[in-house]
Amino acid sequence: MAGVAIYGVIFAAAVLADRVAPYHPTEILRANRRIARYLPISGDFWLGTTSSGMDIASQLIHGARTALQVGLTAAFAVVAIGTLLGLLAGYLGGWVDKAITRLADVVLGLPFLPTMLVLASLTRPGTGIVVFTVTALLWPNTARVIRSQVLSLRERAWVEAARVTGCSNARIMFVHILPQVLPLAALYGSVAIGWAILAEAAASFLGFGDPASMSWGVMLQDAYANQALSRGAWNWFVPPGVAILAMVLAGFMISRGSEKLLFPKLGDT
Amino acid sequence: MLRVVGERVGHLLLVLWVVATLTFLMFRLMPGDPTLNFLSPSFNDETRTALMRSFGLDKPLWEQYLIYLGQLLRGDFGVSFLQNQPVSVLLWDALPNTAVLTVVSLVLAYAIGIVVGAFLAFRRGSVVEAFVIPTALATRAAPEFWLGMLVLAVFAFGLGWFPTGGAVSPGGTIGGVWERLFSADFWWHLCLPALTLTLFLQGLPLLLMRATMLEVLNDEFITMAKMKGLSRWSIVMRHAARNALLPVVTAFALGLGASIGGNVVIETVFAWPGIGRVLVGAVQASDYPLAQGAFIMIAFVLVVMNTVADMAYAWLDPRVSVGARK
Repeated sequence: MAGVAIYGVIFAAAVLADRVAPYHPTEILRANRRIARYLPISGDFWLGTTSSGMDIASQLIHGARTALQVGLTAAFAVVAIGTLLGLLAGYLGGWVDKAITRLADVVLGLPFLPTMLVLASLTRPGTGIVVFTVTALLWPNTARVIRSQVLSLRERAWVEAARVTGCSNARIMFVHILPQVLPLAALYGSVAIGWAILAEAAASFLGFGDPASMSWGVMLQDAYANQALSRGAWNWFVPPGVAILAMVLAGFMISRGSEKLLFPKLGDT
Repeated sequence: MLRVVGERVGHLLLVLWVVATLTFLMFRLMPGDPTLNFLSPSFNDETRTALMRSFGLDKPLWEQYLIYLGQLLRGDFGVSFLQNQPVSVLLWDALPNTAVLTVVSLVLAYAIGIVVGAFLAFRRGSVVEAFVIPTALATRAAPEFWLGMLVLAVFAFGLGWFPTGGAVSPGGTIGGVWERLFSADFWWHLCLPALTLTLFLQGLPLLLMRATMLEVLNDEFITMAKMKGLSRWSIVMRHAARNALLPVVTAFALGLGASIGGNVVIETVFAWPGIGRVLVGAVQASDYPLAQGAFIMIAFVLVVMNTVADMAYAWLDPRVSVGARK
């Protein structure tokens, strides 16, 4: 429940960012006719300001947009591709299964962050490449689980019945089996949201983020590069990290919670 | 067993070859001319072709590929564009730093995770559990580099106990591998990065250990041990924990491979001169041979450790028959 509540807050922040945020996230603000650098928390600036005089609270609120965008698109893509390939491998078997399993083995041999860095540097840095890498490297986890689930489902009597009544393979896969594995796929999706956000943060921190959009990773990179640590500007570098942590943790909690709802037999170990 | 090992090694070589090929394609077929970043536009065409030839970039792609594979087999990664040194020298210099950081942190994290996880399984439903589990989960959900920033802000900038980055104090020189291992300065610099990585890594063994312990504690041989009147400590540590360790050992091997690659951000935060930082620097400076070499080395460690984890699991737990797992 706490997980859902966190998502609710982040979702609201993302949708209402323009109304809730007191300033524009990249507006250089002034206080007493000077650029408002490194200001502490105050009534005017809820979380203080950055080294270049931008409002931290506004950046944080706008960052929710990027986080949701990256997280949801990547998670959707991971689940879609992972489920499709897992379904094909598990149901069709044979060379299709072999090819997909081998492909998954190779993909699992690619280190996550380094691959993202190399791809980002060889193309254009930005959120697109983050979503692409997360999708390209995380689908095997989902595919494996779906595959093993399908392996057991395809032997059930009702699948046999469908086959006897003359259903095509495609119909059995997508109409009969797919709905049975979707809850499991959704479970992996909620974890993938977290991974995508962590990946985006790491990419931005290393300087491969989207320079045009405001994200929590960009904020942390800005703080690290501009002596927030040595100045003890806790109000600058703590909030974005807490926001990322809360969102990823919410994904974990939702997946654990739905696990209990969906698979009560597993018990709560 | 020997046949199984052979099969695994064959599979390993296949995956290594595919990863090497993918890397080659990634670096060669991406849009953009690698020499453009390296050569200044003021060079005339002649100098440019001469340089292209010296890096072998004038040959057809398949020939470049064969040369590349041949060089890989000999452990030759070419010459760095910017530092004018063989890539292998730069990599072998950085690898021990990464290895020390990773191994120290992993061992600490798993030692803590195993003991605390076993303890928590025993004290199921206690107040301690309600406090420790969310904390363990939270460290896994936090971005690694942010944990590093917090650690830096507290221990380096706040309290001033530890240096803020690097592997040697200003003015010091970084010596050979053995010299490094016996220098107090090196270990002093290692403290904060290792602390951060340990914090980040301990969640997995802790939760894994707890979950498998809960499973094992329900087994019959535990009831038997209780009936024999053994002490709780002896039951938990000598009977249950041994059996619960299996998945943890696998996770350890997997973690070793994964964190060598994942250290990229931690090494950047602490300016730790490891292989991840070499990769980031090379990528930022468009130093393709160096980036490619670092990437391949990280990927190879990962693939090899994946195989080791697989084999360790089968070897430790005879109930898992390797052949039947397909």
